[in-house]
Amino acid sequence: MMGLTQLAVHSIAAAWLDLPLQPPAASSIASSVDDVYYLLSGITIFFSVLIFSIIFYFMIKYRRRPGKTYEPETHTSLFLELSWTIIPSLICVVIFVWSSALYVRNSRPPANAREVFVIGKQWMWHIQHPEGPREINALHVPVGENIKLTMTSQDVIHGFYVPAFRVKKDVLPGHYTSIWFKANQVGTYHLFCSQYCGTNHSEMIGWIYVMSTTDYAAWLAEGEASESLAQQGAQLFTRLGCDSCHGAAASSAGPSLAGIYGKPQKMADGSTRVVDDSFLRQAVLTPSTVHVAGYPQIMPTFTGQVDEQQVLQLIAYVKSLGAQERTNGQ
Amino acid sequence: MSTTATVENFPNSSAEPQENYLNARYGVRSWLLTLDHKRIGLLYLGTITLMFVVGGIAATMMRLNLLEPQGTLVEPETYNKLFSTHGIVMVFFFLVPSIPATLGNFLIPLMIGARDVAFPRLNLLSWYIFVTGCLLMLYVVFTGGIDTGWTFYPPYSSSYAHTDVFLAAMAIFIAGFSSILTGMNFVVTIHKMRAPGMTWFRLPLFIWSMYATALIFVLGTPVIAVTLLLLGVEKLLHVGIFDPALGGDPVLFQHMFWFYSHPAVYIMILPSMGVISELITAFSRKRIFGYSFVAFSSLAIAVISFLVWGHHMFVSGQSVYAGLIFSVLSFLVAIPSAVKVFNWTATLYKGSISYEAPMLYALGFIGLFTIGGLTGLFLASLSTDVHLNGTYFVVAHFHYVMVGGAVMAYMGGLHYWWPKITGRLYPDLWARFAALIIFVGFNLTFFPQFVLGYLGMPRRYAMYPAEFQSLNVLSSAGASVLAVGYVIPLIYLIWSMKYGPVVGPNPFGTKGLEWTTQSPPPTENFLRTPIVTEEAYNYETAPEPEVVRV
Repeated sequence: MMGLTQLAVHSIAAAWLDLPLQPPAASSIASSVDDVYYLLSGITIFFSVLIFSIIFYFMIKYRRRPGKTYEPETHTSLFLELSWTIIPSLICVVIFVWSSALYVRNSRPPANAREVFVIGKQWMWHIQHPEGPREINALHVPVGENIKLTMTSQDVIHGFYVPAFRVKKDVLPGHYTSIWFKANQVGTYHLFCSQYCGTNHSEMIGWIYVMSTTDYAAWLAEGEASESLAQQGAQLFTRLGCDSCHGAAASSAGPSLAGIYGKPQKMADGSTRVVDDSFLRQAVLTPSTVHVAGYPQIMPTFTGQVDEQQVLQLIAYVKSLGAQERTNGQ
Repeated sequence: MSTTATVENFPNSSAEPQENYLNARYGVRSWLLTLDHKRIGLLYLGTITLMFVVGGIAATMMRLNLLEPQGTLVEPETYNKLFSTHGIVMVFFFLVPSIPATLGNFLIPLMIGARDVAFPRLNLLSWYIFVTGCLLMLYVVFTGGIDTGWTFYPPYSSSYAHTDVFLAAMAIFIAGFSSILTGMNFVVTIHKMRAPGMTWFRLPLFIWSMYATALIFVLGTPVIAVTLLLLGVEKLLHVGIFDPALGGDPVLFQHMFWFYSHPAVYIMILPSMGVISELITAFSRKRIFGYSFVAFSSLAIAVISFLVWGHHMFVSGQSVYAGLIFSVLSFLVAIPSAVKVFNWTATLYKGSISYEAPMLYALGFIGLFTIGGLTGLFLASLSTDVHLNGTYFVVAHFHYVMVGGAVMAYMGGLHYWWPKITGRLYPDLWARFAALIIFVGFNLTFFPQFVLGYLGMPRRYAMYPAEFQSLNVLSSAGASVLAVGYVIPLIYLIWSMKYGPVVGPNPFGTKGLEWTTQSPPPTENFLRTPIVTEEAYNYETAPEPEVVRV
């Protein structure tokens, strides 16, 4: 039924109206989301047509005629009431289970995803690749690779939305959110801000450039002149004096950061937290809220001294320390 | 089996209107100080019609601007103010009070056989509070405007917007008290003021739906009041509540806002469902099919509506588990609405159906509400919502429910009870014509927006990529038809107040206590307290319709 609906709607649109009806489907999840969409469209059309036909039939058959005598009425029927309660409920259960399974599956980024950072600000998208290149209102990605975006906002709430990929997530200030996608078609696709963010909200748009692997490698090489995000973070780490407490040598003032990323950490209040991007962001900006067990709470806040961009550099640096540690350990 | 009060309540029905609530007293004072629920209903009618015009002009300008991708009319800054004005005015100052404050105020005492609402002074006070909110809002709109959208999301609203967010929030805060007082008044009235013999299951279904609405008024409105107050406190005193730069949490605002604003959707649609139940039975001259199922589905909607707010926030970063729970509950709230649609359809079976203007609105309602409801499933379903959230699909969906649903029912109800309210009839041919124009214009305006949303066009965009233009032009063309459709009734209804033919107590020959008293009713509603001896919609005992030609 889905295929038929789709086919019918498309041929009508293409032949008579010349209207666009479907966005490009350019990610690994797009067609499965469309399947749910077309099932729902089929259900909508089926029930609308059913109800409209019945109403039209009754409208004509039971139109008022002079001298009509009243027929015995049916006021209620438990059988009918139960059927039109239970059947729609069952249909809803099917859609819920199917759609939710897809959503849960899509909500977890694959472990091997290539990471890119996104900072939204009124009214532009600032993209930072770990290898160093920066972009404004554009994101270049290789086709067929899992890409994970870690996103935050410098001011108000924005929304990162790529219709062709069927992905969207709000971009919040003071918090990291993330989405992932795997583009499966080379091409250029719209990037929209989907959460109203002020005067030029409708101009906070850009393009996603999906490139072949070789083109992407070439594009990356062009921008390689700049330092990687982790290298920038390393310099910042030294310049801010972080290494006096968190350096390679053990210190009683603060924990060494080597290999810490992605591992659970005992907190002073007895709880355990995994060191991730949000944890590190909190540790830099509001250290009083992340008190690691065994160390005095003496770290000063860096709010106002570093911007979101620099926080991301520091996180990339700490992450790179973890990678080295693992490599050494093996 | 007929009501015994019938004959005594309209002694000389064919003569010129005798003393009634409209001609009992004259002068501005008699209106501004009235305690009569019928006059207060009319005060609300005038006020919200004015607000509807303001919101409608904003919408017309938006649609004009969207004719071209770069905007034809205004700068983005002005466009943002237009859609914010449209949203705030239409939601808080038109739709929320629309049916409850006008038809509800006018009809509840008449339908249950009471002299007035339980607290007439409180009723007048709630109108004054509402007018204060309206005036404050209009002041904001005409002195700089407001550009936060009707959703007021911080930190944009609290720390970045340069418009007068505080005053706009206070306008809604103030108007909210009118909702709370009206809700309390209705709950007490329906509990305590029913005429002898008017048991709960003899109540017209309009009363059931007004009761459910009143509960949401009382329970939900304080939450939006608190939320907007906190927003105001953050804005004025820089206390960190929602802005992360001050130590607050912006998503907390969204939870609190939608905790009210989703039930508010049902504040708008439940009364319409009540009106539709009345219209369908009246014009098919038949009992409602499944009375108790229709009645209890109203209460089910009122209860579940408080548990689905998170479906507005599937992409806000809320947890996957929260998403799952809100999704299943959102599917659940669709069921009682479906039950109502099926019962209305079944009511037509073996009826004696006529097609006066109110019935055309009612049938239009069922069609548009069916589409509005079914497209809601796309947004309750998680994986499709991720794509459609924040796009024109959402805009189309809620306009099908709120305009195709709530406004169609409001228009239908207004036409049905107009002879009762004014004692005069409008030209039915014009009224049918307008109903048709509105139906066509509405679909032409909003159906293309479903497609636009699926294509990925975000809402609240002053400019858009060129490939979306053809659908936007189609939508704007529809909006012009729709605008004409709304202007026609405004003209002939005003005309009919002076020139419409005078009608008797029950021009449509329908059931309900309001039709057993004269048109317009006397100030005290009934000359003698009616005694109810039968269920609602017992059309075997209904009088024949009066033949009135315009």
